[in-house]
Amino acid sequence: MSSRKPYVRKRYWNEPEMGWYERSYFFEIWRGIRITGGVFLANMWKWMTGRKGALTAYYPEEIRADYAAHNRGKHILTQRPDGRPQCVACNMCATVCPAQVIEIDAAFDPDDPEHPKYPSRFEIDYSRCVFCGLCVEACPEDAIRMVKETPDLPGFDRGRMWLKQDELLNWQPKQDVAKPYPAAGAGRTRGAP
Amino acid sequence: MSPDFAITLVYIGYALAVLLTFGAILTWVERKQAAIMSDRIGANRAYLRIPFTQVKLVWLGLFHGMADGLKLLLKEDFKPVTYDKLGYALGPWLAFTPVVLVFAVIPFGGTLDPGALFPSLADWFDGRTYPMQIAPLDAGLLVVFAFGGIAIIGAMLAGWSSSNKFSMLGALRAGSQLISYELVMGLTVLGLILIYGTVDLDAMVRHQSGTVLGFLPAWGIVYQPLAAILFLTAGIAENKRIPFDLPEAESELISGYFTEYSAMKQGMFMLSEFIEIAIIAALFTTLFLGGYNLPWLTDAGFVFPGGATFELGHGAVVAIQVVTFLAKVFLLCSFQILIRWTLPRFRWDQLLGFAWKFLLPLSIANLVVTAVAVWALT
Ligand code: SF4
Ligand code: SF4
Repeated sequence: MSSRKPYVRKRYWNEPEMGWYERSYFFEIWRGIRITGGVFLANMWKWMTGRKGALTAYYPEEIRADYAAHNRGKHILTQRPDGRPQCVACNMCATVCPAQVIEIDAAFDPDDPEHPKYPSRFEIDYSRCVFCGLCVEACPEDAIRMVKETPDLPGFDRGRMWLKQDELLNWQPKQDVAKPYPAAGAGRTRGAP
Repeated sequence: MSPDFAITLVYIGYALAVLLTFGAILTWVERKQAAIMSDRIGANRAYLRIPFTQVKLVWLGLFHGMADGLKLLLKEDFKPVTYDKLGYALGPWLAFTPVVLVFAVIPFGGTLDPGALFPSLADWFDGRTYPMQIAPLDAGLLVVFAFGGIAIIGAMLAGWSSSNKFSMLGALRAGSQLISYELVMGLTVLGLILIYGTVDLDAMVRHQSGTVLGFLPAWGIVYQPLAAILFLTAGIAENKRIPFDLPEAESELISGYFTEYSAMKQGMFMLSEFIEIAIIAALFTTLFLGGYNLPWLTDAGFVFPGGATFELGHGAVVAIQVVTFLAKVFLLCSFQILIRWTLPRFRWDQLLGFAWKFLLPLSIANLVVTAVAVWALT
């Protein structure tokens, strides 16, 4: 003799009370169809009268206007007052980058003793960047930022996805760095060891 | 070539064109309608580029269906190692063909008098007229149900011969679901057969051409509103679409009975599903919405209740009837898509319970009431 108890379905505390009205399906189905059909007709009317009946944006032709101010969008490199990059090619951003997509070639500029190290090549591979913002956090010079806009991100081939230094500097030029480049002679002196 | 044969060929060409167009257009309508219902834009990227120019025709995403078709045709036709190669190959055809054949008995227009349309051919046609229906059968409605039965075999054969547990489960579900709902469908139309006293679809449509109480069109839905709802429900269930899509339930059975089909074989299942939307709509139009009839439109033109008439030539009447039928069918297709994107899926026990404990008693009650009413009135 097996003493298996018949299966009893578990009752939940929030189980809905259904009277004959709900149990007969049709009225509730009719209610649902009225809602979805109403949305359909309203949106269709908008489309037919030349307005946009959807919440979606036609990315990338159309970019939603309500990006938050702190949205992590496309990168920029900030500029010193003379237009050269604020970046000192310290490689911190490239080191912290979890996707390892920042490539920096450092160069030496003997004519600018306050700022002798600068990037001769600064590139980000946007096909692999995850927009985590760690590069911005890591930068000691406020040289790299992410602005809220995201123009021209998609592309059809990987070669085109590399964001070059030129574009980084100039697509939205910013010179309001939080750590201003010291005036000549301030603090350090020319030719110090 | 005899005139009868020529006319039948023209009808068949028309029917195939309409059905395949509906099958192709409905994939687009489904996408767009679902998108608009949920505040989205919908498929709008596939384009045709005019050769040697940069002009891209997008046309609201109409070409996505074309891209899908191309993809299905060009994909590898993978065949599983199965013990029943014949059944496997036969499955899609048995699911597809009966669906298309049903259209043979559906009248898509009134009476055609080709001699009046083309005076130069009047001698050849010798005054003969033809009902706009490929096969004017007395047993029209029975043919519809017979073909519905064959479609069950297609689904079951496909599932069984795939030698795949998911397919098998899907086939079992398809079998029990289709048989249950076929029964409901049959019982609901019995009421109509009692009222019209015929199973000939063309005669049924002609019965619906007048008006009742002077203003309501004498359509089946006026006499049998409950039967109309039940028929549409059973029709959607026959078509195995959400909320009745348990035979293919993606979340449980991958793709149900056609899991093992790929490329155009799978495409045939999809196409037959979309064509069946149109077929269900055409059947519903024929049985409950007066087929090609518009209120007050007769073979001679509009005759309004006040006695005013509006004469129309034969060509204009035929064109109005054909367009009316297509418009009704299209609206019903759209309604079915609305239902598909509104309701959630049934559970399996709910599905069978719904058929046997709810729809079947209702349809029997409807039948009894109709029978008593018909008996009392005659
Ligand atoms: S946002 Fe993240 S992934 Fe992108 S470059 Fe900066 S650190 Fe690397
Ligand atoms: S962007 Fe900032 S962190 Fe990166 S190399 Fe330049 S200064 Fe260093």
